Order: sequence, then C-alpha cells, then structure tokens
Amino acid sequence: MAVTVSPERDTVATPVQRALKEGFYAGAISLGLFVLFIGLKTGQNISNELVVTTRWGLLAAVVIATAVGRFLYVAYGQPFMANQKIADVATGLLPGSVASRFFQLPAFVVAAVAAVLLFVFNSSLAGWVGAEPAGYLQFLRALAVIYVLACVIYYFRAFIHANFTKLGITALVLYPILVVAVLSLNAWSITGGLQGSLKWVDNFGIQILIYVMLAWGLNIVVGLAGLLDLGYVAFYALGAYAYALLATQFGLSFWILLPAAGAMAALWGVLLGFPVLRLRGDYLAIVTLAFGEIIRLVLINWREVTNGSAGISGIPKVSFFGLMSFNVSDPNYIAKVLGIVQSGAYYKIFLYYLILGLCLLTAFVTIRLRRLPVGRAWEALREDEIACRSLGINTTTTKLTAFATGAMFGGFAGSFFAARQGFVSPESFVFLESAIILAIVVLGGMGSLVGIAVAALVMIGGTEALRELDFLKQVFGQDFTPELYRMLLFGMAMVIVMLWKPRGFVGSREPTAFLKERRAVSSSFTKEGHG
Amino acid sequence: MQYFVQQLINGLTLGSIYGLIAIGYTMVYGIIGMINFAHGDIFMVGAFTALIVFLVLGALFYSVPVVIALLVMMIVAMLLTSLYNWTIEKVAYRPLRGSFRLAPLITAIGMSIALSNFVQVTQGPRNKPIPPMVSQVYNINGISVSLKQIIIVVVTALLLALFWYLVNKTSLGRAQRACEQDRKMAALLGIDVDRTISITFIMGAALAAVAGTLFLMYYGVIAFSDGFTPGVKAFTAAVLGGIGSLPGAVLGGLMIGFIESMWSAYFSIDYKDVAAFSILAIVLIFLPSGILGRPEVEKV
Repeated sequence: MAVTVSPERDTVATPVQRALKEGFYAGAISLGLFVLFIGLKTGQNISNELVVTTRWGLLAAVVIATAVGRFLYVAYGQPFMANQKIADVATGLLPGSVASRFFQLPAFVVAAVAAVLLFVFNSSLAGWVGAEPAGYLQFLRALAVIYVLACVIYYFRAFIHANFTKLGITALVLYPILVVAVLSLNAWSITGGLQGSLKWVDNFGIQILIYVMLAWGLNIVVGLAGLLDLGYVAFYALGAYAYALLATQFGLSFWILLPAAGAMAALWGVLLGFPVLRLRGDYLAIVTLAFGEIIRLVLINWREVTNGSAGISGIPKVSFFGLMSFNVSDPNYIAKVLGIVQSGAYYKIFLYYLILGLCLLTAFVTIRLRRLPVGRAWEALREDEIACRSLGINTTTTKLTAFATGAMFGGFAGSFFAARQGFVSPESFVFLESAIILAIVVLGGMGSLVGIAVAALVMIGGTEALRELDFLKQVFGQDFTPELYRMLLFGMAMVIVMLWKPRGFVGSREPTAFLKERRAVSSSFTKEGHG
Repeated sequence: MQYFVQQLINGLTLGSIYGLIAIGYTMVYGIIGMINFAHGDIFMVGAFTALIVFLVLGALFYSVPVVIALLVMMIVAMLLTSLYNWTIEKVAYRPLRGSFRLAPLITAIGMSIALSNFVQVTQGPRNKPIPPMVSQVYNINGISVSLKQIIIVVVTALLLALFWYLVNKTSLGRAQRACEQDRKMAALLGIDVDRTISITFIMGAALAAVAGTLFLMYYGVIAFSDGFTPGVKAFTAAVLGGIGSLPGAVLGGLMIGFIESMWSAYFSIDYKDVAAFSILAIVLIFLPSGILGRPEVEKV
C-alpha cells in the first residue's frame, strides 16, 4: 500500500514566507482601511460645496509602509524577541539584553569625544561647512549628548532604582533652577533665552505636575478603592470654578479658597457617591461619566453664573502667602520688596514650587492614609467587597471617603489650574481629560505613586514635546504641522503601552500591612475591584 | 396633542439611531465584558465613509437615484466600518483578553482618541455639510412626518428584525449566546471563540455604520468629533436598558430619544442632555442593573 503524503505537509512555511504572506495581508487590510480616508480628501471648493480630491501617492506610501513594516516584524522582529528568551545550551545564560549591547564602553567613549569636539569646534565647523549642514551637526551633537547621558543612567541603574524616590524629588526641586540657569545663560538658537527657558518650566514642569497631582488624586478612587471613575474631571472643574468665581466676585485670596475649593469638591464627591453606592463596575463607570458631563453642560448653560462657554477671565494671581504679590502694579510687588529686577520668571517658578508642594502633599496623604484603617479598608474593598463586608467594614463610608478624598485633591488641582491660567472655560473639562487622567493611572500601574508619575511624564511630556518638533518641517516640508498629530500619537501610544505592559509601568506592589516580612506582590495577584 | 405626537415621532427617529449604536455596545459587553469606548468613533467613521461615498458618487455619475445612492452608501459604510472594528479588535483588544479588566478599557479609549484624530488629520477639522438627499414632508392631521424619518424608522425596524433572526435562529447566534454565557465551555464544545467575537464586532460595526449613514442623511452634516456625543448617549441607552440585553439596548435607545425630544420641546433645549443623564442616574438608583438587565450574581 503506497503511502501518499499530502503535498501541504511537506512544505513547512519558512519565517520569510510566512512574513511575506502576513505583509501582504497587512497591506491589503490597510488598503481597505485607508482607501477612502487617505486616498480621498474632502474639501470645500469656491462655491463652498464639498468636493473630493485624490491622494493616491500618499495612500500607496502608507499601504506599502504597513506591508513592509508587518513583513519586517514577522520575519525579523518576532524571531529576535523569541530568541531573547532562549538560554544558551553551553553556558546556560540568556543572551545579553538589548540595552547592554547598545550601551558599551567604546561607543560611550566615541560619543563623549564626539560631543566634546562638536561643542568646542561648534563655531569653526559651522563656518567651514555652511549654515544648512551645521543644523545637522547640532542634531548629531544632541544625539551624542543624549547617548552619553543614557549610558550614564544605564551604568548607575541599580543605584537609581534603589534611590528612585529621593533622586526624583531632588531632581524635581532643582529642575526649574537648573533649567533657567543652563538655558538662559547659553544663547542657543533652540532655547530663546530666559523666555525660552521659562517655557520649559511652564509647559513641561507645571503642566506635567498638574497631571501627576490629578492622577494621584484619582489613584485613591481607582487604584486604592477600586471604584472605576470616568468623570473625575468634574471635581477638577468644580475646584477651578470655585476659585474663579469666589476670587473674581468676592476678591478672596487663593490661600483661603484652596481649602474651600477642596472642601467643595469633596462635598460633591459625597453627593455623587451616595446615589451610586449600590452600583457596581460598569454601571458605576457610566454614572460617573454622566456626572462629569452634567457638570460640564451646566457650566456651559448656566450663563448667569458661569458666563457660559466664554468662561471666566481675569482670575487673580496667587500671592506669596499674602506677603508679596506677583502683580507689577501692587506696592508689595516681589521685585520691589526684595529689591531685585522685574521679571515674569518669579511667578512661573513660584507656581512650579506651589504645584510641586501640592503634589507632595497628595503623595504624603496617600501614603499615610494607606496605613490607616481607612486606607486598608479601601484596599480590602478593591480586592473583595463581600469578604470586606463580612469582616465588618462599613463599605458605605469606605466608598464615600474614597470618593471624597479623591475629589478633594481634584478640587485643589482645579483651583491651582484656575490661578495658573487666569482663565477657565468648560472647554478645559471635557471627557477626554478624565480619560487621560484614568489612562495615566492605569498605565502607571494602579496604586503605584512612582509608576503614575512616570506615566504622566511619558504621556504628557511626550505630547508636549511634539509641539517642539519644528525641525520636522525641514524634512516633510513647510505644510507639515507636528501639533496636528499630537493627539493621534497620544491615542496610539496609549494602546501600544498598554499592549506592551498590561499591568502598567510598575507591575508590583508593596503591601502596606504585612506579617513578619515585607514582600513585593506581583500585581497579577491583586484585583482591580468591581466597584 | 398634535405637538405631543410630533415630539413622539421626533423621539422615535432619534431613538432608532441611538438604538442601532447601543446594540454594538451591548453585544460587545455581553460577549467579552468590556466597554468598547471606540464604538462612538466607529459610528463617526461609518458616517464619514457614507459622506465620502456620497461625494464620489456625485463626482462619478451625473445623477444617481436617491434609493440607490443611499443603498450604496450604506453597504460601503457597513463593509469598511466593519473592517475598522475587526482590525481594532484584533490589534487592540484580543492581545489583552484575559488581562485585567481596565486594560482593554484603556486601549479602547486610546483607539477612540486615535480614530477621531485620524479622521481629523486626514479629512480636516471642519464640519462637512452635504445637500439634503431626501426632502419630502408629509402632513397628516397637522403632524408633519418627513420621508427621512420614515426611512430611518423603517430601516431600523428591518435591521432589527434581521438581527433578531440572526441572534435567535441561526447557529452563529447560538454560538454568540454560548460565548456570552461561558466562553471556556463554548470553546470546549468546539465553538471558535475568536471568530465569534470577531463576528460580534463586525455586526456591531455594521449596525453603527447604518446608524452613521442615517445620521448623515437626517442632519446632513458630520465632523470628526461627532462620534463622542451619540456614542455616550448610546452607551447610556445600553446601560439604561440593562447592558448585555439586546431588547434592552433598543428600549434604552428609544427612551433616551423620547426623553431628549420631550425635554427640548417642553422644558429647555439646553438641558436635554442633562435630563437624559439624570434620568439614567435615577433609574439606576432603583434598578441597579438597568431596566431589562439581569442582576449580577456574585459567586463566592
């Protein structure tokens, strides 16, 4: 009896063949996805009618890029990543990590020498090669500097890992001084002197810290108590409007209104908490989302009080604890009192330290609360509500305190935001903000303060940095505006980071209460709660 | 009375569109227990696809009968929108299945942001108006009913009937219901769970695409940001009806439609969304798992 082998069994697809097939499919799918949206563009003609114009070239480029990218990933990326996990048979060692191969001493020396040389001979080189290539030389120099710094960080990674919190706080405290000192002293083209350096304090420092504070506040509700809140921005809005209205109408000081705004937000947190106590999981999520939308819609439509979509402007600045003011016209203007030069820099730096202080307060309160009975009750509630109730914990008050505490920090952040902007409008409190804050909490690893701060730095700092990429205009032409792609990349980054680290940046938790020995718990073992 | 009936008809039209979108939310929730936040933007992509097809038809042919134009718009929108939802499920949700509950929620929010900004980047941020496709209005005893409204209600009813048949009478629907009850058991019994979930996403997207086409025909304008509000309303509708329950989604959609049109007619148009959300909160206080939802039983 002849044994016939079916021809399909003989041919085992090689990785490259498989990759070709996958690449082809990816190209076909992206053609289907993009044929109408990239291939055609809707625009107005002279008589204001919609017409379509074609962009077949761009479509072809995108489709080919997708196909080639998928091909390369399947053919080389996947085998490489699989090999990383296989130990050498002879030595029993895992292959050296990508980082240790990337950061090597010879490369470090070359980069350091190149960076120094490029710094020293910057002007003479620029005169020698002309203005256009000099820009590329500066780019090269920046790359060399980044590589050297990354090498140093990589070398000291164990030390940095061990002392992360202390180093982080030191860096945050020194940040504005260093930035202003370094960037304003050097007349580099990219920084633009003192004003340029203040932009780094304002857009990066203060902006990121506001999100850190909001995310830490939401972390109490979502990360500790396990209640999914999709309307956190409502408390931020309440704090901002509380400060804006009371300060413009009654002329009260920031230092009185900060606790008042926090108390008001906490009150609303309790008011929201009461009706939703019985709801669980996604029902809770939609009611909190609805609450956030209700607050925003009321802010838009209650024009007599909130001035509608036009918002409230002319919100007074924060004073230096009532001792000194930051308004040039006031008699106790800081420059007059201290006898120094007039500058807008003091206010920016003061605001930076103010939000840093508020952030540290949030972190301190969170850390201490976790050790108190109420904090332990929150974590117990997150892990198992029924067990929690069986042990005699009052889940009603536990949930309400979580809502109220989280809301209070949202209110603090809101009043700071109003004082910093000098202007509030409902535009700033859309659902997208809630989503971003929640994303930061989850991406950071729920419950981990350090992870959340890192996530805020990456996500907010990353999108802010996209505003600074003007040099891309030289590559893609003058019509190219990197800002447009900001939120598109933000959304994609959320997806990619989540796929890469589903448990967030910090995937393990230190238990606050422990028996005999403190051990980190992988967060795969901790639940996220069902609200 | 006439005024009331008029509002009832407006509410029915609006509620039909919400109901079609809500089914997508509720089906996905039923089968994998996640809130597909990108569904509102899938609806917007459907409406935009219909818009582009409409413009292409206008550019290619001198005149196209309205019925054929609508049909072509609807079919192309259903196909392409399904492809979008299928790809999104495959790329962003499937790798996280079995991960913790908030992970797919975050990728869904990320996809929602990415989709609306993708449309903004490629098609521009402005509102896209089209000339009215259907403009007949019938007058019955002083109540005006436009042909647009009749089309919306009829198309919705037909689709719901087809959909009901699919879910209740075919083997595909049986597979879906089996996956909804117990995914592991269904897999053991030989149901291809991945494929069933993919088809669920495709069905949800197809219904959302029809809703998008009808929305475009009714209002005659679409913008990249128009996915959010109908998406949240439809989600509200799905929760109001009891998330996971298909008749609940339709009922919830109609309720939200009626609440909105009645509130704008008798009280204030500014606060119609506030009314819809407040009624959601009030209903959930008394019926914590929606009107037709099964109460969640936790086994210890």
